[in-house]
Amino acid sequence: MSNVSIEKDVEVASEAQPKWGVFPRELEDEAIYIIREVAAQFERPALLFSGGKDSITLVRLAQKAFYPGKIPFPLVHIDTGHNFPETVEFRDWLANEVGADLIVRYVQDSINQGKVKEETGKYASRNALQTVTLLDTIEEFKFDACIGGARRDEEKARAKERIFSVRDDFGQWDAKRQRPELFDMLNGRISIGENVRVFPISNWTELDVWNYIKEEKMAIPSIYYSHKRQVIERDGMLWADSEYLNKDAEEIPFEATVRFRTVGDMTCTAAVSSEAVELDDIIGEILSAEISERGARIDDKRSEAAMEKRKQQGYF
Amino acid sequence: MDILRIATAGSVDDGKSTLIGRLLYETKSITKDKIEALEAASKRKGLDFLDLSLLTDGLIAEREQGITIDVAHIYFSTPKRKYIIADTPGHFEYTRNMVTGASNTKVSMILIDARNGVLEQTYRHFFIASTLRIPKVIVCVNKMDLVGYSEERFNEIKASVEDLASKVSFEGQEITFIPMSSLYGQNLSTKSDEMSWYNGLPLLEELEQFHPETAVGASHSARFPVQFVVRPKTEEFHDYRGYAGKIASGEFTVGDTVTVLPTGQSTKIATIEKFGQKLETAGPKESVVITLETDVDVSRGNMLVKSDDQPAQLKEINAKVCWLDSQALTSGRNYILQHGINDSKAKVVSLNKKYDVVNHDVIADFSELKLNEIAEVTIKTAKPIFADKYEDNPSNGAFILVDEFSHSTVGVGFVL
Repeated sequence: MSNVSIEKDVEVASEAQPKWGVFPRELEDEAIYIIREVAAQFERPALLFSGGKDSITLVRLAQKAFYPGKIPFPLVHIDTGHNFPETVEFRDWLANEVGADLIVRYVQDSINQGKVKEETGKYASRNALQTVTLLDTIEEFKFDACIGGARRDEEKARAKERIFSVRDDFGQWDAKRQRPELFDMLNGRISIGENVRVFPISNWTELDVWNYIKEEKMAIPSIYYSHKRQVIERDGMLWADSEYLNKDAEEIPFEATVRFRTVGDMTCTAAVSSEAVELDDIIGEILSAEISERGARIDDKRSEAAMEKRKQQGYF
Repeated sequence: MDILRIATAGSVDDGKSTLIGRLLYETKSITKDKIEALEAASKRKGLDFLDLSLLTDGLIAEREQGITIDVAHIYFSTPKRKYIIADTPGHFEYTRNMVTGASNTKVSMILIDARNGVLEQTYRHFFIASTLRIPKVIVCVNKMDLVGYSEERFNEIKASVEDLASKVSFEGQEITFIPMSSLYGQNLSTKSDEMSWYNGLPLLEELEQFHPETAVGASHSARFPVQFVVRPKTEEFHDYRGYAGKIASGEFTVGDTVTVLPTGQSTKIATIEKFGQKLETAGPKESVVITLETDVDVSRGNMLVKSDDQPAQLKEINAKVCWLDSQALTSGRNYILQHGINDSKAKVVSLNKKYDVVNHDVIADFSELKLNEIAEVTIKTAKPIFADKYEDNPSNGAFILVDEFSHSTVGVGFVL
């Protein structure tokens, strides 16, 4: 009988050949089909746009879905006020480029209205506050479907999410009320007060997204690529220095060559040391991170997972 | 790069979680940090091996909390293709979830514990795989390590599964048996060194060499349900009128003579486009925009088909229906029938016969169809439905039933 020890197994894993991978085109066809269903089945859909790679991918897919027509729904950005300036600049450029309407609503307004309370302390972030602003925005515009860029590979609970996810008046997800989805038939019928979150790239992995960005030669915000930036070190991670980050006296900013693997608020997105200046470099980094990442790089990845989770609770 | 969708069913005890965990692990589809977390968790449990079942542990937590056990999607890839596993727990009550999870898949993986052999649920799995006409079934006779890697035991199980499968299997369905031990990685990605008597392929190779496009059930009938009419009304595209949709089956080529259903008007395909790119031909599952040579009336829910190969326009449908809702289906009730993207009001006019998926019996006299039950029924629709028989063209032969009041999806049907 084979003796499968922990040591042996880990050794096997590190012998892996990197999979470069080609983007499976079927995923694009599937996503475009879903986006067209949203436009056809709902009266007032919207695309939730964060400025990150997943929502940029959604914009590209929506553009393709209706070409040569324009995207028949607005892009909605919930601006925390703590976004990277590069992301905000990119958002405005992209909306203009694809000719889509852009709706921006501000967490600062929700704070001013006393609906949410700013967090305090070293780890203060506005990520969790976004939900209130988002729900208010859904109500203001009576959106009945919001397209989001969540993927099932992000974590175990998400692996069970539907493509059309029905939410109640409070935006809540009830596992028991989820409809079975058979074949490719999407049932978007809802009652008054309900709305649907739609996830066209449910079946994409992080690598699929990057391969798609590369094959489509899509523009992405500059902060995804290696650049020089003032950072501080905290909990073994690099944090972008900004006026929004509450720093201790001993947290002295210094210059580093970094890039961001995910893009959220400046207060909760850690940078990784990187020399990646091209998409191939980024894809190479992700591939090698999957199979041989150790030490500090693993911390990066864990923090990234935690960030994604906050994003889910707040945004989707 | 193509995608192969697989359904797995089996109970936790069959070693299914370990098997899936191993597939992820041996294809390097789990990240280093997850492996390290597994190592730590395995050590905490006092194990001297990696407990790969912890990877799909979400299911167990869910069971403990008593919330609906459901379909989970798991991803892995090889240099050759991407795989999507729709994983459903194999408990006897979960026909609903198995049908849902398996609905998009081309391969069904059925797990059998070598110690226990064929169980009640084995038959259920075969019945569902046949109802859905899944072209390939892989029977994983697992936990061979616990029966001393016995060839005799394997053959015994194989014979009893073949006997049971012969009652429900359809012509052309491929059934493959693999003896394995998912715990020890025997016959997973590499050939077992413990079972030299087995001449077949290990599981991963068996999956890699399977080509769904040439398997039974791939129909050549060209079907294009129109999802959305693209009318830009811009200066550049002033008179542009394109029909957006995903090809359900078959191929369309520029110049093909097509008929619009339900109007019956015929014309020719002028262009097939993908984001401005002009294609000569497009095939199954491709999302395209088609423009027509003449101005005919086409709207959402209509279907373009090749004029020489048209589906029936049905207003009375005989179908096999699997019920998915806790409120039973009764004769005379109205539902919304959704076929692809087309829908119609519908009424169930008769309940014909019900299948007992465990005792292989047929029940002629019954008054309602309960959750997890499967029966043949007759449904009348207000508008015509352009469906093929499911066995001729699975991509255009299934529908769902939607409750008019709760708006929930309550049933799935397969046109007979």
